[in-house]
Amino acid sequence: MTDPAAAPADSADPAWRPTLDGSIVLRYDRVRGADLLLMPERAVRLSGTGGRILRLCDGSRTVDGIIAELAETFPDAPLDAEVPVFLDRVRARGWLR
Amino acid sequence: MTTTDVPPPWGLLAEVTHACPLHCPYCSNPLELVRPSAELSAAEWTRVFGEAAELGIVQAHVSGGEPLLRADLAEIVAAAHRAGVYTQLVTSGVGLTAGRLAELLAAGLNSVQLSLQDARRPGSDLIAGRVSYAEKEEAAGVIRDAGAPFGLNVVLHRRNLDNLREIIEVGARWGADRIELANTQFYGWALRNRAALLPTRDQLDAAKAVVAAWRAERDAPELVWVLPDYYEGVPKPCMGGWGARTITVGPDGTALPCPAAYAIPDLDAPNVRERPLGWIWTESPAFNAYRGTEWMSEPCRSCPRREVDFGGCRCQAHALTGDAARTDPACALSPDHDLVRAATEAPRADEFVYRRPGRSVSG
Repeated sequence: MTDPAAAPADSADPAWRPTLDGSIVLRYDRVRGADLLLMPERAVRLSGTGGRILRLCDGSRTVDGIIAELAETFPDAPLDAEVPVFLDRVRARGWLR
Repeated sequence: MTTTDVPPPWGLLAEVTHACPLHCPYCSNPLELVRPSAELSAAEWTRVFGEAAELGIVQAHVSGGEPLLRADLAEIVAAAHRAGVYTQLVTSGVGLTAGRLAELLAAGLNSVQLSLQDARRPGSDLIAGRVSYAEKEEAAGVIRDAGAPFGLNVVLHRRNLDNLREIIEVGARWGADRIELANTQFYGWALRNRAALLPTRDQLDAAKAVVAAWRAERDAPELVWVLPDYYEGVPKPCMGGWGARTITVGPDGTALPCPAAYAIPDLDAPNVRERPLGWIWTESPAFNAYRGTEWMSEPCRSCPRREVDFGGCRCQAHALTGDAARTDPACALSPDHDLVRAATEAPRADEFVYRRPGRSVSG
């Protein structure tokens, strides 16, 4: 990625409301017991945590909002440190807008 | 490997028809094309997609031939969508009007892959065996305007590799998200036309430099480079291993581990009209014939790469040696590698044998 606007530090942007790219379908796969990201020519198996985070990326929540919602279920997890890093990684792949 | 520990398949290649307005001399359809009268109905495809989803299939290429020639295509796509399967239309673009695409997207279609034969009209129409470039350009506009995820697929060979930079620029101008640069794989029709299609090593080296330069300059469109195995000395892990990832279902319901496997005559291919897809995947002799590593002989059996490339392509081994269980001759370790090297050194031809029904015997 050469566009500085896409640099990882951006997730600190309080206005960003992550949403999956339009080419991507997030669905639970009953056969494999895992959440999948489906896209042209590719399927990505998510960890349970990854699936839980990305399910909240529907364009309605900011990153802080996503962290707050996860904190209700996982009060002791280091969400402030890990969720932004995860979202940046997924955005760098072009899967989040 | 026993049938109980066969991992579920990921993908389905649904060849809904072998009819096609184009006549590309490298078509991946078999030499013996299935007639439209033998095609599965939309109701049969609905059952196939239901069984596929139960089995673990999450993605389908709805392909042909030209799938748009099926008037009931939206019904087939809707069935796949209802089953939870992510669908990609694989099309020549001929017949892809805005209305037709809107109907398919409404049925749940997820993405479109358009074929292009060359950068400019004369070259593209020559390879396609039909005037079609302008319709492809229009189709690209239709896909872009609909905002659908858009892949461009270009089969590469001796006659268009030198235009690669321009091909990529056309793809970028047409609005493709990704361009699949698919070096010709020599089975079926392409094997028949090998002397006219096989590039030189110099052409491939120049093409790789073009791809590297594009990737260094730009992030988009994404380029996917399919390896030209005749020059690599290592075989490709065809389909990720026999019966490991995908099922091909032909227009008449023939089920195969790979679209080139029609050509392996003693395979006894199962049919979805006679057997459930679950049995076909886990139990059928055809899908178990070259699964895993037990079937291998030397040099594959003791090779450290046996779980990496699975001995290469069974269809290529059969096409070149007459024995699908031999090491893929594309591998430099194969005792038959001379067959591949000789082809790269043989004189080239200029005439194509175009893909047409009933052409396979007379050539």
